[in-house]
Amino acid sequence: MDPQLYPWIILFAPLVAAAFILFVLPRRNVAAGAVGILTVALTCFLSWKVFLTPSLAVTAQIPWIEVPGAFSVPIGIILDNLSRLMLVVVTTIATLVFIYSAGYMRGDEGIPRYYASLCLFLFSMLGIVLADNLVMMFIFWELVGVSSYLLIGHYFRKDSAADAAKQAFTVNRVGDFGFILGILMLWLATGSIMFAGIEENLSALTLHPGYLIAACLLVFCGTIGKSAQMPLHVWLPNSMEGPTPVSSLLHAATMVAAGVYLLARIFPILLAAPDVVREVIMWVGAITCFAAGLMAIQQDDIKRILAYSTISQLGYMVVGIGVGATGDVAMFHLFTHAFFKSLLFLCAGSIIIALHHEQNIWKMGGLLTRMPITALCMLAGGLALAGVPFFSGSFSKDNIIEWAWLNNRTGFWITASAVLLTALYTFRLLLVVLLGKPRGDHAARAKESPLVMTLPLVILAVPAVIAGYPWFVGHFFEIAYAEAPAIAHKIVLGFLAAGAVLAALLYLRGPAHDPVRIPLFAHRLYIDNFYNWLVIRGQGGLAVLASWFDRWIIDGLVVTGSARTVWGAGYLLRLLQLGNLQAYAFFFGAGVLLVLYFLVFR
Amino acid sequence: MPTLGDYLLVSGLLFSIGLAGVLLRRNLLIIFMSLELMLNAANLSLVAFARHGVTAFGLPDYNAQVLVFFIITVAAAEVAVGLAIIVALYRLRQTTHVEDLNRMKF
Repeated sequence: MDPQLYPWIILFAPLVAAAFILFVLPRRNVAAGAVGILTVALTCFLSWKVFLTPSLAVTAQIPWIEVPGAFSVPIGIILDNLSRLMLVVVTTIATLVFIYSAGYMRGDEGIPRYYASLCLFLFSMLGIVLADNLVMMFIFWELVGVSSYLLIGHYFRKDSAADAAKQAFTVNRVGDFGFILGILMLWLATGSIMFAGIEENLSALTLHPGYLIAACLLVFCGTIGKSAQMPLHVWLPNSMEGPTPVSSLLHAATMVAAGVYLLARIFPILLAAPDVVREVIMWVGAITCFAAGLMAIQQDDIKRILAYSTISQLGYMVVGIGVGATGDVAMFHLFTHAFFKSLLFLCAGSIIIALHHEQNIWKMGGLLTRMPITALCMLAGGLALAGVPFFSGSFSKDNIIEWAWLNNRTGFWITASAVLLTALYTFRLLLVVLLGKPRGDHAARAKESPLVMTLPLVILAVPAVIAGYPWFVGHFFEIAYAEAPAIAHKIVLGFLAAGAVLAALLYLRGPAHDPVRIPLFAHRLYIDNFYNWLVIRGQGGLAVLASWFDRWIIDGLVVTGSARTVWGAGYLLRLLQLGNLQAYAFFFGAGVLLVLYFLVFR
Repeated sequence: MPTLGDYLLVSGLLFSIGLAGVLLRRNLLIIFMSLELMLNAANLSLVAFARHGVTAFGLPDYNAQVLVFFIITVAAAEVAVGLAIIVALYRLRQTTHVEDLNRMKF
């Protein structure tokens, strides 16, 4: 087969599979799962083939919208190091998650729907990765939002799941609004929506720094929404209402990383823009990574802890865009994070299933001996997340922090102290869940999950440990390592050790309840409450106003008012209906006189 | 030789008498006759205009006179219908006084 076709097959096979499952196999649980897994395995295989043939370049395009001389949106494919890397990451993790889902979703009533949505998600995600222009990327960006909505709302009979799905969709709209405005601004200035075209015409843009700053920051709004940066992070923890494999694939490893991928994709534009753009990006990332760390240390739900840690790590990646010399600095962390975070989520899913859908870590404990494979994999993922040396996370995260040392000292201190928080919540999670005595009946009787679930864990645990070593990652990209002085690395290690020791002091004895209670952090800095208040007061007030306007001005004045006016005029006029023939004749004569008067004398 | 103004004066007087009769008299038959008077007042002014309004060819304007014949014809037909209605009304209500015919109101 022509290798030129590979990317197209990679892109469209999941869409075909989704349609096939929905229309042909809507009731066949096993067949739907098999089709999904075979499709994703095919895309994974082809992705690796594409990755291993660096000479392959796809030039064919599908013309989609053509306005001659003004505007054209093709469906085209870009194949460079960035997209090849992302292809491999997405399809590999997707394959493992698809297989894992077969075990996790056993007995669920909506398995075909689940696999169809997952395939749709894969199609959309690969569309983002392969898009060679901003509009195509935006379309798939929205499709990812749709599939995320479907998957978060998989248990749609549960109100909280339906609400979370709606919230995720709505919050993302806020960011996407800025994103599309940014696309329009870039298009207006350069006359192109292709990444290559915009970068060619950048010289025209750099003459107007203010315009370029606005355009870049608006595009960054898309990242804020999709990658759950402050202040639009609230949807990601709530999206944990979806099935755990979904949390792993969409809301940890790939979809939320799309925002970072977008920034890496437009990195040349960001470089050409005034420094303030990347400074803003750095600050948003730094604040997110610190604040999400604070929120994570007081959560009790195992998935929510991981969700806040995801937000925090995404913050690191965004900081990496803001301070790194190349987009690869952030992509490196995306790469390692994708492995260890999906691993952690899959471990959490394994535990949740073994404990009969118990998600509170204070009902767990002692799982190291009861579920050894899951526990060891979780340990590997956790150590990588915390950034313990010799695990993958430490390489990529330290690199970002050291770049921050070189470019922005305040950013360095924020991100470095966030390492303490990372270590604290990670070790809290590991110590409470894996060690100590079981805190509940389910935990006491927990058994190891079946092979279909543990196999993906073991496979993912390997890259989670080794993905950071230069001899491994060197095959994937050329990383610009920061030339920071050794003291920076030592400070990071110091924070890490402090966090680990703090967690050990608090949680190593196996307390039955959390010994520290910080309501500010447990309530997520009250940001959700603030939004709640804002929606009720702001939007609610607006709704009251609109309802008042509708009821009294539109209904009252315009509709009923006009009807009443006509009725009243008729009422007055019918007083003239005396029933007297001669009166009518008189009115008639008077009317004629009046008309004559107006015709003749006016 | 009476002038156009004299004819119009008579026509106006006739019309006014007719109008006053329509508005003031109580008997339907009288009202009907007054109505005819108004029609004939119009006829008179039409004929007067036809006589005095000379066209470019030096001939009287016969259009108006033809119109008068139309009015007379239509008035005759109208009298036939109107009197029939009044007779029918009298048979029904035993009256031709307009005060008694006041049911046409809301």
